[in-house]
Amino acid sequence: MSGEPVLELDEVTKVYGEEPPVAALRGVSFSIRQGELAAIVGPSGSGKSTLLHIMGTLERPSSGTVRIRGIDAERLDDRELSLLRAREIGFVFQQFFLAEHATVRENVADGLLYAGVPAPERYRRADEALERVGLSDRATFKPTKISGGQRQRVAIARALVGSPAIVLADEPTGNLDSRTGASIMDLLRELGAAGSTIVMITHDASLADQLPRQIRILDGQVVSDSRGDHDLTVAESEPS
Amino acid sequence: MSAASGRLSLKDGLRVASVGLRARRLRAALSALGIAIGTAAIVAVLGLSSSSQAGLLAEIDRLGTNMLTVEAGQTVTGQPVELPTEAPSRLTLLQDVQQVAHTGLIKGKGVYRSPIIPATQTGGLQVRAASLDLLTVLNTNVAEGSWLNPGTARVPVAVLGSVAAERLGIGAAFTGERVWLGGQWFDVVGVLESSPLAPDVDTSALIGYPAAKRYLGYLSLARGVRKAGPPSSIYVRADTDRVAATQPLLAPTANPREPDGVDVSQPSDALTARAAAAGAFNSLFLGLGVVALIVGAVGVANIMIISVLERRSEIGLRRALGATEGQIRMQFLTESILLAAIGGIAGVLAGIVATAVYASSKNWAIVVPVEAWAGGIASAILIGAAAGLLPAIRASRMSPTEALRTV
Ligand SMILES: Nc1ncnc2c1ncn2[C@@H]1O[C@H](COP(=O)(O)OP(=O)(O)OP(=O)(O)O)[C@@H](O)[C@H]1O
Ligand SMILES: [Mg+2]
Repeated sequence: MSGEPVLELDEVTKVYGEEPPVAALRGVSFSIRQGELAAIVGPSGSGKSTLLHIMGTLERPSSGTVRIRGIDAERLDDRELSLLRAREIGFVFQQFFLAEHATVRENVADGLLYAGVPAPERYRRADEALERVGLSDRATFKPTKISGGQRQRVAIARALVGSPAIVLADEPTGNLDSRTGASIMDLLRELGAAGSTIVMITHDASLADQLPRQIRILDGQVVSDSRGDHDLTVAESEPS
Repeated sequence: MSAASGRLSLKDGLRVASVGLRARRLRAALSALGIAIGTAAIVAVLGLSSSSQAGLLAEIDRLGTNMLTVEAGQTVTGQPVELPTEAPSRLTLLQDVQQVAHTGLIKGKGVYRSPIIPATQTGGLQVRAASLDLLTVLNTNVAEGSWLNPGTARVPVAVLGSVAAERLGIGAAFTGERVWLGGQWFDVVGVLESSPLAPDVDTSALIGYPAAKRYLGYLSLARGVRKAGPPSSIYVRADTDRVAATQPLLAPTANPREPDGVDVSQPSDALTARAAAAGAFNSLFLGLGVVALIVGAVGVANIMIISVLERRSEIGLRRALGATEGQIRMQFLTESILLAAIGGIAGVLAGIVATAVYASSKNWAIVVPVEAWAGGIASAILIGAAAGLLPAIRASRMSPTEALRTV
């Protein structure tokens, strides 16, 4: 894999609270390249969700830099950062977070709502994304009328609909039984093979091992990265 | 990267802002209800007062403002002064006077349903002799039957004013009805509609001057001749443009010897004052409307605060999908405004319907002032904005990660 780095973290720390301060992340550096499929794995409380939020620019690091497609997130204001999220980052959450009163198609199309894409185009792309996750036949259903696995597929389609630079998934199989979870893993691998850049967070090492790359974290620090050294070198040589 | 390209279209903005309302329709309807009640009360109060004013003004217009009333008054020392019998004919000679009619109050006589009713129980009704052109001058219509004519003016028949007919219990089917008047039966030949320019007529039984003279001994000496009379109220129609000029001439003309003992008035003045009073809305109901509106506003604010708390994950998701703080703030602010505006519009419609129903039952024109309905909707929108501002700011300040955290 020799794609451009789409996400780079450099010495990222995150400290919560004042007394006593909790260091959720302590100097995390790695980069994710175009088309990569990586798992961030660690036990509960190790800082995975914090890391995902920082990677997704939902939260700013206490120190260190986050670059999306070479753009330093630190320099962007709320509006610019929001537009960056709208266009370059797709999120998948453990709880799906689908709008119950909207159809599957509308839920997926809303992935582009804040990206400045006109409605007909949003729906056209939503149909494409639903096709990719194999749910074209459920487009007009309400999320309450489909299974948990299908809901997570809808959420994945919503994350993919804008063809973002990177998809961040936080325990995407966490609310699913193991068989449904396995099919979601298959889908993620398929999407990865088709060129999407996906980072999945999990506490389950066996799930992480199904992906090409594993970044293991413990107590807010990267303890191993199956291809970390190389990436760090790249990140450091990048002009900032 | 231009931030403007992430702006929502109006349609998308409204769709997003109505998500919460569509998801919880009953709750939205109930919180809009408070605003609706307040707005309806205010619109109805303003609408009804305008409509009743319009009704009175229309009536004044129909009755004309060019009528002057000349009545027997008192001397400076309080002695009653009768009008001379020839006063009506003298007034007719004035240049700008078009028509003159008159009634003479026959004191000490009552009108009763039957002879067994004690004479003191007059029911507030009076007996008056009336000149035959009275109805023309007063612009009063006959409700049932007919008015007096030169023939019936000489015989014991009576025409009842609207209130008198009602009190005596004589309605539409009065044929053959009689009233006991001055010790004998008088046949009722007609009933009048109400006579706003001369309320005294409403409470009277009217008979002809010749009949009054003959059967009730109502006469006075004028230049040595015993004539029926004297008149106690003279109704004068003047040239519409000359009313003000004519008014001061009436007292000296009617009674040159004692002009101070004559009361001259313009009855449409009283009606105009009543119209002005009707236009002054009922401030009690208006106050209640305002209170309902305030309670409604508190309700909307309350619902919006709860809504923001309940929809934390929606807020977090929207931020993850790229909504700016401003867009989240706008979403909740618009939702609150929509909620209040729905209440406001429903209230305005209810207020208009209430006004329409009441006004048409009174035969008034339906008048809902622009200030009332536009103001109703505008104040609902302002209330929505005020009630939603704090919750909307809270929603936008919520950190995305906090919003996404599920408890
Ligand atoms: N908003 C916050 N305020 C204070 N401390 C926080 C906050 N968010 C996270 N932490 C702390 O940071 C550490 C890492 O939390 P994080 O949620 O990232 O862990 P995690 O790896 O996602 O755990 P899990 O697998 O249980 O979801 C924890 O000790 C947590 O208590
Ligand atoms: Mg977590």
